[in-house]
Amino acid sequence: MKFDLETVLFISLSVLSVVSAIYMITRKNPINSALFLILNFFTVSGLYLLLKAQFIAIIQVLVYMGAIMVLFIFVIMLLNLQFQKKKLESYSYKSLTSILLAIMLFGILGYTVYFGFEGKFKGMSDKALEIGTAEKLGAELFTNYSFPFELASFLLLAAIVGAIVLAKKKFE
Amino acid sequence: MSEFVIELLITLSKISVVLAVLLTGVAYSVYAERRVSAFIQNRYGPNRVGPQGLLQPLVDVIKLLLKEDIVPASANKFIHSLAPVISIIVSLSTFAVIPFGDTITIGDRVIKLQIADVNIGVLYFLAMTSLGVYGVTLSGWSSNNKYSLLGGLRSSAQMISYELSMGLAIIAIILMNGSLQLDVMVNNQAGWKWNIFLQPVGFIIFLVSAFAETNRTPFDLPEAEQELVGGYHTEYSSMKFALFFLAEYANVIISSAMITTIYLGGWQFPYLQDFGLPPMLVSIIQILTFVTKVVALVFFFIWVRWTIPRFRYDQLMNLGWKIMLPLGIANLVVTAIVLMLLK
Repeated sequence: MKFDLETVLFISLSVLSVVSAIYMITRKNPINSALFLILNFFTVSGLYLLLKAQFIAIIQVLVYMGAIMVLFIFVIMLLNLQFQKKKLESYSYKSLTSILLAIMLFGILGYTVYFGFEGKFKGMSDKALEIGTAEKLGAELFTNYSFPFELASFLLLAAIVGAIVLAKKKFE
Repeated sequence: MSEFVIELLITLSKISVVLAVLLTGVAYSVYAERRVSAFIQNRYGPNRVGPQGLLQPLVDVIKLLLKEDIVPASANKFIHSLAPVISIIVSLSTFAVIPFGDTITIGDRVIKLQIADVNIGVLYFLAMTSLGVYGVTLSGWSSNNKYSLLGGLRSSAQMISYELSMGLAIIAIILMNGSLQLDVMVNNQAGWKWNIFLQPVGFIIFLVSAFAETNRTPFDLPEAEQELVGGYHTEYSSMKFALFFLAEYANVIISSAMITTIYLGGWQFPYLQDFGLPPMLVSIIQILTFVTKVVALVFFFIWVRWTIPRFRYDQLMNLGWKIMLPLGIANLVVTAIVLMLLK
């Protein structure tokens, strides 16, 4: 393994993302959890950049960090959530499910890492390098994937209308 | 020296020069604000330190540094210290994508006068402005003061609302240029083809949104001193307060730079290439053109602040959601139709 700038950045970003994810689920103060989640999104966005997916990286910042997490923090502040005093209850059935899910997750991770080092996942092809730009992504979305794209937009429209109906007490 | 080291050195020197100029600009826009407001209100303003009070920013900085730093007893100390840092980092790093000149040739090396020429250009600007909300919101929350919290919440609601119309105004420009890159946008505005003439409605929407995003009057509700004491930075003192102050004026300069780049032709000086000047001089004139346009816009920001009274909160929201947003959508649709017809 050669130690160029990209490797150093990759290692530090991945370590930071894992650490921030662990901190996110172990903090007792909900605001701190939310802040670590923002840090996590930031590191993931950096990882996208390393994969040359500039557009996806910036959308990650714009949508997740800039919009969704602001709403999360808004809700936490307005509801004034207190410190999580109660520890996790009822270990019985939850722990079984979580052990199963954890085994599955680490199975997938182990599979990827193991076969990755076997040489199945070689460096990025030229096509993968240019797919991350806005032009290529837009062209794909409006030609090959136009139906799912429109479907998703309808879903969002329905969600917006639903939100307005829920928020508005009664229609005049 | 290898090619990589040279490139790194060039980028680092560009960053340091831009930061130095930006921070000096921030200090002097505070001075300009005080002098212009004094002129508008028929007073003198700071004119004691140095000729015409020109050394006033220096004295202000020393004063702010020497003040005692107070953290409220029941505040969340870590977030209280983090919030001003977020504000200043976000606003300063926005400048990375703004082209402040075309290219400059030193020796046989052509240097692009832009720190980062990224494919996503203008989206980076939008992303960074959307992150600016955190500094304000977190400072308001962590101070454990109801006025701060109100200021923080107002500010977040305001910034989120006006981001949308700003985005819509930018999308119309992106449609016209077919690119997100800011230097492409500037190159397309050569001569007098400035976007302000092609997109007058978009320009007005962007300008109004920029005022709202930077929390300037007539949209300075987050710090409306008559209602909220001082808004989100009520509980801040010393250098932490100074960081908010710096961030606010840095935002004004960066918004002006952005308006210049998108709507006023950036560094373009009309018909400069026809004069047959040496390339070095052309580069310098282009940089000066950019700086002049930005300074004029900063003056405009100050001028508006001391001319127009503050909006009420419901008026602000009505303007954002019921006028600016539909106007932005209409502008976008009309632009798209015209572009289709011209094709």
